Amino acid sequence: MAALTTPSAATTPVTPRRRSHQARRREAGAGWLFTAPALALVLLFIALPVLMALWVSITDWRGRGSPFAAGVPVVGLQNYTDLLAGGGLPTQDLGTALRNNLWYVLLVVPTQTVVALLLATAVNNRLLRGRGFFRTAFYFPSVTSSVAITVVFLFLFGASGAVNQVLAWLGINGPNWFADPDGVLHLLFGAVGIDSAPAVLADHGLLGVSWWDWLAGPSVAMTALIILAIFTTSGTFMLLFLAALQNIAGEVSEAATMDGANAWQRFVHVTVPMLRPTLFTVLTLGLVGTWQVFDQIYTGTQGGPAKTTITPAYLSYTSSFVNQQWGQGAAIAFILFAIIVVLSLVQRAVLKER
Amino acid sequence: MGTTTAERSAAPAPAAQPAPRSGKRFRWTTATSYTVLAVLALVYVLPFFVQLANSLKTDAEATASPLDLVPVPPTFSAYEQLFSGLPFGLAATNSVVVALSVTAGRVFFSCLAGYALARLQFRGSSLVMALFIAVMAVPGVVLLIPKFLVLNQLGIYNSYAGLIIPLMADAAGVFIMRNFFTAIPRSVEEAAKLDGAGAFRTFWSVVLPMARPAVITITILSFQASWNELSHFIVATNSPDLITLTKLVAQLASGGQGQSNQYPLKLAAALLMTIPVAVLFFVFQKRIMASAEGAVKE
Repeated sequence: MAALTTPSAATTPVTPRRRSHQARRREAGAGWLFTAPALALVLLFIALPVLMALWVSITDWRGRGSPFAAGVPVVGLQNYTDLLAGGGLPTQDLGTALRNNLWYVLLVVPTQTVVALLLATAVNNRLLRGRGFFRTAFYFPSVTSSVAITVVFLFLFGASGAVNQVLAWLGINGPNWFADPDGVLHLLFGAVGIDSAPAVLADHGLLGVSWWDWLAGPSVAMTALIILAIFTTSGTFMLLFLAALQNIAGEVSEAATMDGANAWQRFVHVTVPMLRPTLFTVLTLGLVGTWQVFDQIYTGTQGGPAKTTITPAYLSYTSSFVNQQWGQGAAIAFILFAIIVVLSLVQRAVLKER
Repeated sequence: MGTTTAERSAAPAPAAQPAPRSGKRFRWTTATSYTVLAVLALVYVLPFFVQLANSLKTDAEATASPLDLVPVPPTFSAYEQLFSGLPFGLAATNSVVVALSVTAGRVFFSCLAGYALARLQFRGSSLVMALFIAVMAVPGVVLLIPKFLVLNQLGIYNSYAGLIIPLMADAAGVFIMRNFFTAIPRSVEEAAKLDGAGAFRTFWSVVLPMARPAVITITILSFQASWNELSHFIVATNSPDLITLTKLVAQLASGGQGQSNQYPLKLAAALLMTIPVAVLFFVFQKRIMASAEGAVKE
């Protein structure tokens, strides 16, 4: 290698400059060459697809031939207006999907965050023996495939499955989880005697779904999927919190102890505020992830019972691949995209404010 | 990242000498937290034991007593059925081929690009970087339809290429590698450069070997992600010859293969497909945990 050293390196003042110029050009060439494969893949399979789908979403392509062929009808924003303001079945389905997913997000995100934080706090205890075992136990579900876990949950939450057997020991008659379309909130309302909707709520609504149905809460079937989501993701988020907790200097906590703060006060007033950046990450990842729920629906319920587990991601898939309404499917994907982007921005603004 | 745990446990625990008065209460809380943790651990672990036990039962037994952890007598008929009546072997082979190819490509390309973005100066590198950041924000599910469109236009729908190549696009891997390379002191490469080694040689024989921990990390993450991938396989092929484990198990679960209520069969299939990632997990446990912890700190 030494033989390759440019002999001109120290001869005249001019050559080094030229050499460095040349070297810089070579470095730039190498830079582009090194980046090229990853860049090409990202452009070809992420950036270009987004643009193509944007085009398809303003057409009425039915899956025959190329979406760029001359005969494909361009319908402008028709797909979007059909979905958002058409009032027909597409609107109703989108409304139902959004309703389902909204409840899923509202229940999964806070719960998984709290569970993950509690697990992390418990496992972070230095005096705890077997921390490694507990961490492994909590994290393992996150490693496995969502398809495999869904199969296990379909079995556990079957009509005469393990969960209902445990409930039976406690004298509770468990539901037929994955076949029960009843909204959990409707069931609660029913328990206090409100069985039907007040006219105000029944006659008005949003996206073809009445306010009463928006208020149904997640269906029993969706509730099982919510439990599944918390089970599989809390481990990952636990690790994120754990990493943050270990970075928090013990002195701060000790100082607080000196000041007479008890464990709970220390947790709320010292630990949680210091975890703020991690909390933000966990909430964002949770939000982005829960709005994309697809695998579990595809594997488990296929949107049933009574469409109560349809999500926008799944609806976008079925619109395109099953019903061949590619324009509509693409439009749903972009509506979902917009929701995720807007909510992430809102969340950032809200959490930055304080 | 990984060392923090070791340091912690090695450090003398200050709370080990509590004031005598609080000693009793302390033991109380310890007992409580152990109990709570044990119950929680059971909740997280039990499903997998229930899965294993029921995969060794007959259909009737699994339905009648799903909670019995000891099947009497255990039967391997579900497992035999997977290989005799179902394309399980084919799906497993496809999954192995796809996951290994995707992993190799992802890791190599991420390392190359990560190194270039960390170390090589070229005009437009910040633009490339911005693109990678933007692309990471695109929700994967939104890409389902568009990916199908591109595969179709490229003529690689229903081919191994269509299954493998799109999954090699991995902006996150580029970032992990870039961060790692940035942290390696520059002086390391200077000797190689003075010796006249080109950029690739410097990268390949000097810097990359130093990046082993990061390379192992993204290798594991890539394998895990491509092995567990479902939605891309759904949109990239409809050929029975290209079925992967995730697709086969999902079809089984929804009764698509005519198995409506055969839980032992479904559970056995799900269990077998979990084994490779589980093995990887237990072998590289420390590293996986550390990498998952570190993944967000950037």
